[in-house]
Amino acid sequence: MSEPLILGIETSCDETGVGIVRGQTLLADAIASSVEEHARFGGVVPEVASRAHLEAMVPTIRRACETAGIKPTDVDAVAVTSGPGLAGALLVGVAAAKGLALSLDKPIYGVNHLAAHVAVDTLEHGDLPKGCVAMLVSGGHSSLLAVEDITEGVVPMGSTIDDAAGEAFDKVARVLGLPFPGGPWIDKAARDGGDRMYVTFPRGLTSQRDLERHRFDFSFSGLKTAVARWVEAKRRDGEDVPVNHVAAAFQEAVCDVLTRKAIDACKDRGFEHLLIGGGVAANSRLRVMAEERAAAAGIAVRVPRPGLCTDNGAMVAALGSELVRSGKAPSPLDLPADSSMPVTEVLNA
Amino acid sequence: MLLAFDTSSAAVTVALATPAGEIVASSTTVDALRHGELLAPAIAAALETAGVTPRDLTGIAVGVGPGPFTGLRVGLVTARTMGEVLGIEVSGVCSLDILARQSTLTLPVAVATDARRKEIYWALYDGPAADGSRRRLEGPAVDKPAEVAHVLSGLPVIGRGAVLYADALNVVADDVVEYPSAEVLATGVATRTLEVVAPDPLYLRRPDVTMSSGPKSVL
Ligand SMILES: [Zn+2]
Repeated sequence: MSEPLILGIETSCDETGVGIVRGQTLLADAIASSVEEHARFGGVVPEVASRAHLEAMVPTIRRACETAGIKPTDVDAVAVTSGPGLAGALLVGVAAAKGLALSLDKPIYGVNHLAAHVAVDTLEHGDLPKGCVAMLVSGGHSSLLAVEDITEGVVPMGSTIDDAAGEAFDKVARVLGLPFPGGPWIDKAARDGGDRMYVTFPRGLTSQRDLERHRFDFSFSGLKTAVARWVEAKRRDGEDVPVNHVAAAFQEAVCDVLTRKAIDACKDRGFEHLLIGGGVAANSRLRVMAEERAAAAGIAVRVPRPGLCTDNGAMVAALGSELVRSGKAPSPLDLPADSSMPVTEVLNA
Repeated sequence: MLLAFDTSSAAVTVALATPAGEIVASSTTVDALRHGELLAPAIAAALETAGVTPRDLTGIAVGVGPGPFTGLRVGLVTARTMGEVLGIEVSGVCSLDILARQSTLTLPVAVATDARRKEIYWALYDGPAADGSRRRLEGPAVDKPAEVAHVLSGLPVIGRGAVLYADALNVVADDVVEYPSAEVLATGVATRTLEVVAPDPLYLRRPDVTMSSGPKSVL
């Protein structure tokens, strides 16, 4: 029997993604982004995102099918992000997926966006390791998850107690006068001769006392404030702000905490694999630091290529494919969009 | 077979009609918060009742609003994706036009629906022609009831807005039609007595620039 052909739809934030996979083979990953429409607001405007999803949906489905060289009628199942995410945005994707499933008389799988960020790695590196820690870092979340079998569920180990890592990048970028989204710009500024040791910014939740209660949790709000205060003080004194150095020092603080806790989580579980996903996984310093520290601890790091780390339809299709392959029953046609879908729920059944 | 539905109001309404406009299945459920959950099963149920499959569909008619955005989009994206994969035409109809057709009066009528935020979506229509069609004379627009009361004054008012703002709009009729009917939509499109437009949403309002707050639940 040939591997299942899955079409996946992702609309949890500002990217309209339609991906097509056969088994673990990526056939198409079409994306339409409304990020530019949000840039002037410095963040994602939910109604703007929802409107853009409606307009982009059919063209993106068409583009994905053309790239994959398939007809919609060839599809064996439709997968869609049913949560978590922006409620109105999710709903456009869920309704579109139902329109497809209903028309094609094929099953629908409403899946968890976070689990999809983990499953996408199968498209690049094959089967997931039997036991790994997944660190998902982006503008919306910073989570450490223990994953034994992605089709059965994930166990949350820790997450941010305030800002997400990507959010901290956005806010610090604004302080430094860099564009939105901040991640790539801070990374670039840091690489352009930034001195990582120029300032030592605080590492949230790493003190002995904090570790007792928040061993695997993150906090980036204090770091963001520390950077803002430091920059303000310089400006008040009429001094130039060394943007590249500040960017590098800030990035160093974020990556230090992320990788330290991720490795600690692997050791705690006795897992020999660390998987990194989400938009911040594209950060060059994070990748290097994770590789170095993991190697020292005898842990292998898996990071999908940047295009698969950010939100996309392929990751949803990838998770759908794993669920179909493991024989999971599909979701009902009255599947809701669940903006606060718990991470422990991989499939909305 | 023509599939028709409208999600521009608190109701999810679905109907199937023959090419001549004869209704073979229909359902309407009022639940303003569950359009996304209700629509697809209602379509599946209508198809089953009529004993047809999606491949038997020859066209889709969908209400394009105006109406609360989140629910409205459920109908539009469903219509567009179904139309795309089935390779059939999707006809949009202004949802206020559907309501106007639901009036049995032989007079000119006003339509007013709930636009939330204490506003109404409204339009004015001529008396019905011999084939039952009504010409839209004004609208659709969105306003506070008091601001347009003088425009609507003296006309029978159809739609949920007439119930919510009976006083402000000086509504006297006691058999007000509250929500659009997919049966009327299906028949009107099949018999070409409703004006067909592209299946694009009639928002009539700019998006609110309210940022998502708190730790965003998306990656
Ligand atoms: Zn994401």
